[in-house]
Amino acid sequence: MDATASKDELGGPPTQPAISATHRAIEAVWRIESARVIAGLTRLVRDVGTAEELAQDALVAALEQWPVAGVPRNPGAWLMAVGKRRAIDLIRRKERLERKQAQLGHELAPGTAPKATGGVPGPQAATATDDIGDDLLGLIFTACHPVLSTEARLALTLRLIGGLTTDEIARAFLASEPAIAQRIVRAKRTLAGAHVPFDVPRDDELARRLPSVLEVIYLIFNEGYSATAGDDWMRPELCGEALRLGRIVAELLPAEPEVQGLVALMEIQASRIRARTGPSGEPILLLDQNRGRWDQMLIRRGLTALARAERLGGANGSYALQAAIAACHARAGAPEDTDWARIASLYGTLAQRSASPVVELNRAVAVSMADGPEAGLALVDQLTDAPALRGYHLLPSVRGDLLSKLGRPDEARTEFERAAAMTRNERERALLMERANAAGQT
Amino acid sequence: MRFMIILKSDERTEAGQLPTEQELTEMGNYNEELVKAGVMLAGEGLQPSSKGARVRFSGGNTTVTDGPFSETKELIAGFWLIQAKSKDEAVEWVKRVPIGADQETEIEIRQVFEAEDFGDAYTPEVREQEDRLRAQVEANQQ
Repeated sequence: MDATASKDELGGPPTQPAISATHRAIEAVWRIESARVIAGLTRLVRDVGTAEELAQDALVAALEQWPVAGVPRNPGAWLMAVGKRRAIDLIRRKERLERKQAQLGHELAPGTAPKATGGVPGPQAATATDDIGDDLLGLIFTACHPVLSTEARLALTLRLIGGLTTDEIARAFLASEPAIAQRIVRAKRTLAGAHVPFDVPRDDELARRLPSVLEVIYLIFNEGYSATAGDDWMRPELCGEALRLGRIVAELLPAEPEVQGLVALMEIQASRIRARTGPSGEPILLLDQNRGRWDQMLIRRGLTALARAERLGGANGSYALQAAIAACHARAGAPEDTDWARIASLYGTLAQRSASPVVELNRAVAVSMADGPEAGLALVDQLTDAPALRGYHLLPSVRGDLLSKLGRPDEARTEFERAAAMTRNERERALLMERANAAGQT
Repeated sequence: MRFMIILKSDERTEAGQLPTEQELTEMGNYNEELVKAGVMLAGEGLQPSSKGARVRFSGGNTTVTDGPFSETKELIAGFWLIQAKSKDEAVEWVKRVPIGADQETEIEIRQVFEAEDFGDAYTPEVREQEDRLRAQVEANQQ
């Protein structure tokens, strides 16, 4: 959607600034209301693609009418009403068509029963349910449906729930606009083809489907969190977008501890954004960060969400555990105050949940901080053959660090050099070579 | 981006008059809407300026003046901190603040400085595209 009229157009009619202001207001209304409107319309027409088109029709109507008539008092309800009217027209047209086809079939093959008009609910469904929250949840679960590829889920979620334009999504993922548009079209087609029902999964089904929703949100967050310098502003914005999505789902599913855990994890990680790069864009490691730059409000929000997850019995959820680890750092006023024993034990629990060598490597580092480099090295040495860590530069990097602390400079240097050869990140390579040289000199 | 939404004082708030039950309900509903939309970060109502003070700095000295302060319309009665995609979105949210038809007040919208506002210097720069695990080893964690 392009609702912004150019402000510096020369020779435009005198009402141009007014129209432009209304267009900007409409864009903002769309951002706030589109997900709910699309969700409500999907309930009616049972197809997200059609629902989005109807919502877009309502938006076009707004763009035509609001600059003249003014922005209505309740713009969301206005959009929904127009969308519903068009939906009902569409349903009636379809019903007429199906009746005609059935009649035709009847006439062609006398004796066969006319085809039922099943599948398409009548207009009475418009008033059957008005549970906006349920509709919105239904839309979120549809956008994150397992029948879609991960990439498709991300794009569709940002588009349908986040209200982002195709152009914005393309910029955020460093992709071309046609590619993203194509991805969204194909995703909608897949959903329609798979006859994905529009509803909120319950009980077991909810437990099975929720992880996909949480994964999509966390992937969006990480896409923003790991954005490189000089990138489009849209990329860091993804962190905010993911937080917003997470908070929405947390409100809609207040009894689900893992949602709270994910929100806690994202809030605490986001609290460090200001502190994690230096003046020339170089990364600053957690223990070297100026903790005064950590966002205390986000930390507080994260700790509150974590407490909520734990209260709901979700302390051992994967996101809650990661959040609890992040919280250990957040609570420490200075690096030396860090409760490494607790971090090591949390990684231990995490490792039990998902046997991951990366988690084990983390645990080894935490153990080395709690009990000394020797204990850490013993754990790291058990990981050197893990296939998942082959070519993973942080393994030799951690090993080098521990060896250096243990006063074994030659071995440390070899490890740092190996790590430097593995990384593709120039800054990191420089840092590792520096450490290799320093180790060799002692 | 984040915005601070600043609600200005009026005679009523300065007199310490509490909101009516209806006003409280309406404001509660509005805040709930902000929370549900995932945009609300924080928000508080402030006591009248009679319970506050001002500290004036001049020539290296400080002078403390206790409230109340007279310029009612310049005072602050409360604030929200919200996360929005644009100033327009923030404006749209502010238009929905429940202010009674009989009330005359003003709400100010101010954008909060973010890390990226300090230029490229503060944009994050570690990217391990090859590492889709997003694995961050403790000692190397950011």
